[in-house]
Amino acid sequence: MGMTFAEKALARAAGHKSSRAGEIVIAQPDVALSHDNSAAIIGLFREMGGTRLFDPERNVIVLDHATPAPTTLHAENHRQIREFVAEQDIDHFYDVGRGICHQVLVEEGLALPGELVLGADSHTPHAGTMGAFGAGIGRSEMASVWALGELWLRVPESIKIELHGELKPGVTSKDIALYVVGKLGADGALYQSVEWHGEALAALSVGQRSTLPNMMAEAGAKNSYVVPDEMTLGYLSGRARRPFEPLLPDTDCGYAQILSIEAGSIEPMIACPHTVDNVKPLSELVGTRIQQAFLGTCTNGRLEDLAAAAEVLQGHKLPAGVRMIVIPASSEVYLQALQTGLLEVFVQAGAMVESPGCGPCMGNHMGVPGVGEVTISSANRNFRGRMGTKESEIYLASPQVVAASALAGEISDPGEFLR
Amino acid sequence: MSLKLITGNVWKYGDNINTDVIFPGKYTYTVSDPLQMPQHALEDLDPDFARQVKPGDIIVAGRNWGCGSSREQAVTCLKQSGVAAILAVSFARIYYRNCLNAALPALVSVDAVRRLNQGDAVEIDLEAGSLKYPGGELAFSPIPDSVRMIFDAGGLIEYTRRRLSSTAE
Repeated sequence: MGMTFAEKALARAAGHKSSRAGEIVIAQPDVALSHDNSAAIIGLFREMGGTRLFDPERNVIVLDHATPAPTTLHAENHRQIREFVAEQDIDHFYDVGRGICHQVLVEEGLALPGELVLGADSHTPHAGTMGAFGAGIGRSEMASVWALGELWLRVPESIKIELHGELKPGVTSKDIALYVVGKLGADGALYQSVEWHGEALAALSVGQRSTLPNMMAEAGAKNSYVVPDEMTLGYLSGRARRPFEPLLPDTDCGYAQILSIEAGSIEPMIACPHTVDNVKPLSELVGTRIQQAFLGTCTNGRLEDLAAAAEVLQGHKLPAGVRMIVIPASSEVYLQALQTGLLEVFVQAGAMVESPGCGPCMGNHMGVPGVGEVTISSANRNFRGRMGTKESEIYLASPQVVAASALAGEISDPGEFLR
Repeated sequence: MSLKLITGNVWKYGDNINTDVIFPGKYTYTVSDPLQMPQHALEDLDPDFARQVKPGDIIVAGRNWGCGSSREQAVTCLKQSGVAAILAVSFARIYYRNCLNAALPALVSVDAVRRLNQGDAVEIDLEAGSLKYPGGELAFSPIPDSVRMIFDAGGLIEYTRRRLSSTAE
């Protein structure tokens, strides 16, 4: 029997010829990704007796969680990280304003096909957009990786998702991701690797594909992988920082589960409070009042997302009592949105455009809701209290549904504004 | 580390309890002293917990305990609260690793959540993989041998410290 992507990728990272699901391997990551939590990791690294990084070339640090710093505490956190970066000669350091770590890793050509990316962040499966094995780990583990250059990993079983046909107009990769999380449930992919296959993927841009592996964390997945194709290689041409070798699953490999999905059968979906797997079709939620709309995050803050929302907002104004916050996922996205006039559409419509980063996603700053308020968001999590107060509700949707709902002050079908 | 007996009372919760309600994200960069973390433990899930938890108490839960963020504080806040073990039907994978790395026993048991009640006095023998409760006794899967050395070292910090000092010699 052949090997899955996960079996190949972890065999490679462990220096073995092969590996099997269930096996524990000692793997050497190609990338060790951390963000604002690097300050805490530095403390743990020192506590472990660490003095020099195992290999600074593997370290990538991106400040994104609370940027620019909202309080002195956050600013001090950033300052400690900058000092460490200088001390340890870390080249791949991206200071506040560059963007969200997962997006920056892709844009900077540091998430590469076949490679192992370990990140001190639960959305590290995002790196699978480029055919990498991305898995989240804790802060202590990251400190240990900084010191030793290796970590134990269990080779996961794999779920294959085959996406056939084509999406209906107005249906996005966010809707696919929500549909799959709803179908699998919050632990439906626990400890597993989720592979994305099928011709419907080919029609999606790299930016649109990113939403798929990003959100598989919400089904408990260890990593998620999009089969690299010409588009992947085209995107990496001129960006990739190192030579790389894509890994493809063998045709006779063993899957724990195969999900075959007809893309044309999926409608716009929404995750309702307070869990991501509480997914319902948009049509059942039309009319739900909202006070705030948030467009951004590593899930849906890319150019395609901003363009789709701007198309809905074009020529309209937000009503009184609704605020909309737009945060591009990176400075590259910000600049493109500026140059293509998208930012003007947002400001003309009455929305606020903030600097790249995670923003209010986990309740840090830049638009946290008030008590009793309802937010519609393009993010990936809607847990109680996520955005700051447990006395608020979060609905998760695609960028165009977020924009349409902002215009209506209630959850709405974008078609209403596109006619 | 010798594996001692754990005696305490049960705090019982359901399925898919996420890290945002175990330790809210808004504190992740403002509360950095481990000793301050217990006061926010389970803040958005069970306000009684932080006030009433006692050293040796255990958490018993359903499926996918600790899903969501990778934040280690969601383990630290419980460990610092005196929680001596967590028994769940399953654990979110990063949470499971974080427990192991903090040497907080994360024990897989399908039966615990069905058989134990809130407040039950229990006695756990980690070595034997058994738990005694007022209604009887149940078994749980022991910590896997392949990762046991981290737990036995007292956690990943100590484990890595030993590895680093042995390579330096």
